[in-house]
Amino acid sequence: MSKLLAAEAAGGSTARTLTIILFLVFVAITLAITVWASRQTKTATDFYAGGRSFSGFQNGMAIGGDYMSAASFLGIAGIIALNGYDGFLYSIGFLVAWLVALLLVAELLRNSGRYTMADVLAFRMRQRPVRTAAAVSTITVSIFYLLAQMVGAGALVALLLGIKPGTTFMGMDADAAKIATIVLVGALMIVYVTVGGMKGTTYVQIVKAFLLMTGALLMTILVLAVFRFNLSSLLGDAAQSSGKGEAFLEPGLRYGVEVAGNATQTFYNKMDLLSLGIALVLGTAGLPHILIRFYTVPTARAARKSVLWAIGIIGTFYLFTLALGFGAAALVGSEAITAQDRAGNTAAPQLAAELGRRFFGGEIGSATLLAIIAAVAFATILAVVAGLTLASSSSLAHDFYANVLKKGEASERQEVNVARISALVIGAVSILLSIFAQNLNVAFLVALAFAVAASGNLPAILYSLFWKRFNTSGAVWAIYGGLISAVVLVFFSPVVSGGATSMFPDSDWQWFPLSNPGLISIPFGFFCGWLGTVLSKERDDAKYAELEVRSLTGSGAH
Amino acid sequence: MSTEARDTAPTETPEDRYLAMQRSPEFGNLRKAFRGFVFPMTVAFFVWYALYVILSAYARDFMSIRIGDSHINVALIFGLLQFVSTFLIAWFYSRYASRKVDPLADTIHAELEETRSE
Repeated sequence: MSKLLAAEAAGGSTARTLTIILFLVFVAITLAITVWASRQTKTATDFYAGGRSFSGFQNGMAIGGDYMSAASFLGIAGIIALNGYDGFLYSIGFLVAWLVALLLVAELLRNSGRYTMADVLAFRMRQRPVRTAAAVSTITVSIFYLLAQMVGAGALVALLLGIKPGTTFMGMDADAAKIATIVLVGALMIVYVTVGGMKGTTYVQIVKAFLLMTGALLMTILVLAVFRFNLSSLLGDAAQSSGKGEAFLEPGLRYGVEVAGNATQTFYNKMDLLSLGIALVLGTAGLPHILIRFYTVPTARAARKSVLWAIGIIGTFYLFTLALGFGAAALVGSEAITAQDRAGNTAAPQLAAELGRRFFGGEIGSATLLAIIAAVAFATILAVVAGLTLASSSSLAHDFYANVLKKGEASERQEVNVARISALVIGAVSILLSIFAQNLNVAFLVALAFAVAASGNLPAILYSLFWKRFNTSGAVWAIYGGLISAVVLVFFSPVVSGGATSMFPDSDWQWFPLSNPGLISIPFGFFCGWLGTVLSKERDDAKYAELEVRSLTGSGAH
Repeated sequence: MSTEARDTAPTETPEDRYLAMQRSPEFGNLRKAFRGFVFPMTVAFFVWYALYVILSAYARDFMSIRIGDSHINVALIFGLLQFVSTFLIAWFYSRYASRKVDPLADTIHAELEETRSE
């Protein structure tokens, strides 16, 4: 027994040292790239859009790096490992969503905008109200997303470095390590953005996408090898060791749960599933940090190519998550996973440790593979938070400072300086908020960011591009209507109060029964955009003609 | 065009040019080629995806039918088909756009550049 513990401790410390070394190598490489990128960053176009010099493939990789967050890598694998099939719903929603971006948004946005989402929204409107609304929405969505990632990073570090309650690491206990991680992640993202701008951030995301794909591919092959490449036997073993039988392979264990004898709750649960489904599929094309990626390529056709690559990369990755999740269920088992983390976020790293043990010679192999996957997880978080910080600081500088405060009179140099300062401020605010929220359950914030993007930003974007009559009032109503309704509904939902897994489990002001507001707030956002438009007399056919012609032909594109 | 031709229409502003272009039949063709593909395709994939989500919520018995005596069921096949359809639509769109939309857009783009540089 004591021998076993000693072996485990030795393996644990090897993994810990290796994780830290690999992570530091990643940080060193990305910082070097960032410094190199900063030398190439001279104009505002360089800072905001990476000089529009990336190829379709490079941008496709960067989109993947920007999009595949820790929530999708660790989160989806964890949900599948613990709840089986239902985690797959996320993968599907997150992927199908890219068709909205491909067919309706990417190319038209690239042709008619410059640096931010608001460039397109404000194209034919009064600048100040629309840009203010767009900046508010961009910053809100990005901060929600940032908080979820940073708090997640803090929660992970203790688990990935194996800091158990009562033990310390470099003089820090688990709580101190959590805060140190949040500060470190925050500081790095600030450096990437302020120093490297879009160019540096893009390369960080490309490197991360490569590492994540390689790591996930390796694990997928190993999982399938255990089951002799027989998918059915993998699923069978996963179902058996989950203790839930075939139900583990069917929808309904986590979303749309049927509560026996409670028809009302069953109804709400099913509505909640539909709500989540619609928010996932419509949210992506309204996420500001994704939209600004389309500006980093020279033409609309390159933007199309980058989305095609992104669909290929992201789709392949989500297929891997299926093997990772079911593999963890079969090979690690839900008991061992929940013993580490109740939400299942450590399922993928634990699976890595198990695979390493089986394939690469016992504890050393186990520690090595665990370290690689843990370092990849941190790289994943870093690349995503950098993209979010860039999107919000770009909007603050380009939309709010240059076009609202300075009414378009700011010089390029001033604008970029303000963008750098904004990144610093947003980074500092996120660090503080994350430390404050570190012990709260904020995983729902990712789904909320998607819901806000789908309810406020997407209606405004689609109306702008396709509806001649749309005007300033409509744009402002759509953005605020969607944003406010989504946030208010979530505030009064069970994810914030009134339940055991709520953000505030000891309070109860909940009255809205669904965890995801999309089913109500998305139609409401579209409705507000329509109502605001028809209540205002403003109408500019000539500007719409310019927008429509430019968006479809690329004439006058930046 | 000659300098004389330009001088005869000195009042034409860029706005007028875009308005005229937007109302021209050739731009109408471009708009039709683009919208004629993306609108129906958006409706199609959305309905197909919604069907999947609704079946996951309300047709559990159907989704849990197993294929033969394997552990693969309808729910998994349906989910994987969403991947297949997404990849196919993306590929189909890129083929369609480069054949039917891009040439029209290029012609109009070139025309607009010509009038601008005069």
